[in-house]
Amino acid sequence: MKPEDSEWIAALCSRLIGLKVDPEKTYLIDSRLSVVARRESFQSVEDLITSVRNDSDDRMAWALVEAMAAGESSFFRDRTPFACFRDEILPAMGQVRGNRPIRVWSAGCGAGQEIYSLAMIVNDGLAGRPPETQIQLFGSDLSNRAMEKAQSGIYTHFEVQRGLPIRSLVRHFQRAEDMWVLNAPIRQMVRWRQLNLISDQTAAGGFDIIFCRNVLCNMTDAARKKTLEGLAHALSPDGFLFLGEGESTRALEGAFNAVADRPGLYARNQAFRPAVQAA
Amino acid sequence: MKTCLVVDDSRVIRKVARRILEDLGFEIAEASDGAEALAWCRSAMPQAILLDWNMPVMNGMDFLRHLRQEPGGDTPAVVFCSVEADIEKIQEALDAGASEYIMKPFDSDIIAMKFVEAGLA
Repeated sequence: MKPEDSEWIAALCSRLIGLKVDPEKTYLIDSRLSVVARRESFQSVEDLITSVRNDSDDRMAWALVEAMAAGESSFFRDRTPFACFRDEILPAMGQVRGNRPIRVWSAGCGAGQEIYSLAMIVNDGLAGRPPETQIQLFGSDLSNRAMEKAQSGIYTHFEVQRGLPIRSLVRHFQRAEDMWVLNAPIRQMVRWRQLNLISDQTAAGGFDIIFCRNVLCNMTDAARKKTLEGLAHALSPDGFLFLGEGESTRALEGAFNAVADRPGLYARNQAFRPAVQAA
Repeated sequence: MKTCLVVDDSRVIRKVARRILEDLGFEIAEASDGAEALAWCRSAMPQAILLDWNMPVMNGMDFLRHLRQEPGGDTPAVVFCSVEADIEKIQEALDAGASEYIMKPFDSDIIAMKFVEAGLA
């Protein structure tokens, strides 16, 4: 791959979705884009890039950045945040909200494993949750392809074996030949929306709990700040934000406070006034 | 060090599983069928058992039912590892006392995650 092509790809990813791509890692770019090149009937990745650069083809440009942004996920990834959600945050929020629904958002939900893990927790019930608690679940991703997969609720033999306890598989999935299909009652618990966290900052709001894990770590510094501004706007003043391991809210000082002894969990600073406002 | 008994009639599967489980910190023992595994458990009960279903002499399900009747046989966490992937079969294994269930083929991540689920790693 020519250096100017890999640099162009890195710049495109940064501009459209705030994704940090190292132009030196040409093998990574090549392997991600070769899937798109095959799918779109290009002879090579170079041909694909040349076509997108010359034709200013928005659809294809998005296909490129989506391919570069695609990440691995698993059900109940890292386990601890889900236990914290189930055992601490949800019961506490239930006490405060009473009859009003608790709104939960998986921002950057990918193929849906995270939001469906939360849906299974909600469906399976939990000790300590007030009986009148209503919970609404939302999933968003910038990738249409990922959202389509998420909405289908269809996963491979390998995907359902990563992080999903076998009792949850038996309870919530049906086997369909080599694939596993999530049962409709769980799928129907989630509402979906395609959303770019850096350009649609005010498109979502009124959430009590946001999961945005393993998203910030792949972003440029500027995109990280924009995303956190959007999340601060979207989160209710007494809401909670779950980030991934090793991620923090440092890029936006004053908006969130780390919760002691709960790595990755942040409480919205109630005094903080987001710079972004709903249009 | 925790011991894991790997029970499978395939020498290749035992070898692959041994390598993955040793990386997770287990000392490994091997048996090629349920009867051999039961004899092993009677002499030294392991903390964990990775158990195939379809084996000659004594299959995994019969082994598990016998194991749970043995003194101390209720303690090992048993992770089934089988080509059987029907929900009814999986449920049968859980009802018989399996802690977790791996569907073949597997990789090292799946074994690691399943052992975490079973409280073993």
